[in-house]
Amino acid sequence: MKLSQKDVLGMKEMTHDDINLVLDTAESFKEISTRPIKKVPTLRGKTLINFFVEASTRTRTSFEIAGKRLSADTINISATTSSLIKGETLIDTAKTLESMRPDIIVLRHSAAGSPHLLAKLLSASIINAGDGAHEHPTQALLDMLTMKERKGRLEGLKVAIVGDISHSRVARSNIYGLIKMGASVALAGPATMMPRYVERLGVSIHINMEEAIADADVIMMLRIQMERQDESLFPSLREYSHCYGLNGKRIELASKDVIIMHPGPINRGVEIAPEVAYGPYSVILDQVSNGVAVRMALLYLLAGGGEA
Amino acid sequence: MFEKSTVMDAEGINRSIARIATEILERNGGIDNLVIIGIRAGGVYLAHRLREAIKRMEGAEVPVGILDITLYRDDIGLSGTGKPRLGTTRIPFSLDKMVVVLFDDVIFTGRTTRAAMDALIDFGRPKRIELAVLIDRGHRELPICPNYVGKSLPSALWERVTVYLNEEDGKDEVVIEKA
Repeated sequence: MKLSQKDVLGMKEMTHDDINLVLDTAESFKEISTRPIKKVPTLRGKTLINFFVEASTRTRTSFEIAGKRLSADTINISATTSSLIKGETLIDTAKTLESMRPDIIVLRHSAAGSPHLLAKLLSASIINAGDGAHEHPTQALLDMLTMKERKGRLEGLKVAIVGDISHSRVARSNIYGLIKMGASVALAGPATMMPRYVERLGVSIHINMEEAIADADVIMMLRIQMERQDESLFPSLREYSHCYGLNGKRIELASKDVIIMHPGPINRGVEIAPEVAYGPYSVILDQVSNGVAVRMALLYLLAGGGEA
Repeated sequence: MFEKSTVMDAEGINRSIARIATEILERNGGIDNLVIIGIRAGGVYLAHRLREAIKRMEGAEVPVGILDITLYRDDIGLSGTGKPRLGTTRIPFSLDKMVVVLFDDVIFTGRTTRAAMDALIDFGRPKRIELAVLIDRGHRELPICPNYVGKSLPSALWERVTVYLNEEDGKDEVVIEKA
């Protein structure tokens, strides 16, 4: 079996079978990162360009490590070191990169839909590493791998996603993916941070956090995105933390073996208490290691691996 | 039209494994520093059976590892080959200074063995790598020769050799089919 498309643009575009293939393949890639020599020759001679027009530590590092562990040649370009600051358009920069014949381009950009634009123009495979507040499919895949690993399944899981839903590409990708895989999703956040018509995606909406996390198998906390807020969406951090912060007391409402997730970077003491972020229910660091495995699986599958 | 014939039955497979176990012990003078690595999928079951056969003779167990060679294949990105879904490699012990017996069900072109040797060397520096196969069907494309062979089976390129094993298929049998 192969992926049904040449690109990974969003969870909206991925099929149920694609998601299963990526998660199964990623499980087998985890072992490589535990070897003394963490490298296999699989993508020798393939070129991977990490084109990050927006800031990132974990996603860019994760893609670079994934590429290197598969022996691909990885090149990183960031906004400040690219010709974009000289006024070159995204399309022109991309066409220039394409002429050097990369096999895969990983794009992070603040404009929603930019990876889709490049996917139409270029023959290289495009992976969306986050486009504005739209989608972040590789994050959703690593989240789903972590849930599947801990819970043994995705179907029937009760997942609560709490925080700034409308600015969150992580939330959107997880909603598309989890609903496709048969999980149920409850959203919680202040009304100012809840996108309109989001219930059409098949999720339940709660202004009260306690309702959303009651009996949840998974609680996913979102980061308050200071950099995306041009207007004040809540009165104070203290009030936000009081209403929507995850602390030890609130965890008691969830299922006994709940897992706590966060895509990072965390705002300690705002959306999540430090003792929760590093407490017994937390799988936040598993998410990071699974990120490498999921990205290795995607690079491998896009480069032609998998069942024929 | 398919023509099928059985070239090895359950008894034959058991006898071959017992003989290979004896040969391994004879050549290596016992089980010191010996490990068995089964190549996915068929080789894994055979590796476990080989361990049992050696245990019956020596009264001690030899470590068994599992190797998936998919990531070391030389045809990634080429179409037309039936590539199985990637499986997990599990070698939870060091291979440094060990005698590694690789076990595969069928040796054909030798490309799987090449991939397996490259993979093993990424895990350490074995003292020696030996190759055991249940069936050698010929047609090598690389200069590779097994140390232990269950049965040599001259075959035509258009024929298909399939090893069925109880653990996976519910029966022990080696079948040759003419397409």
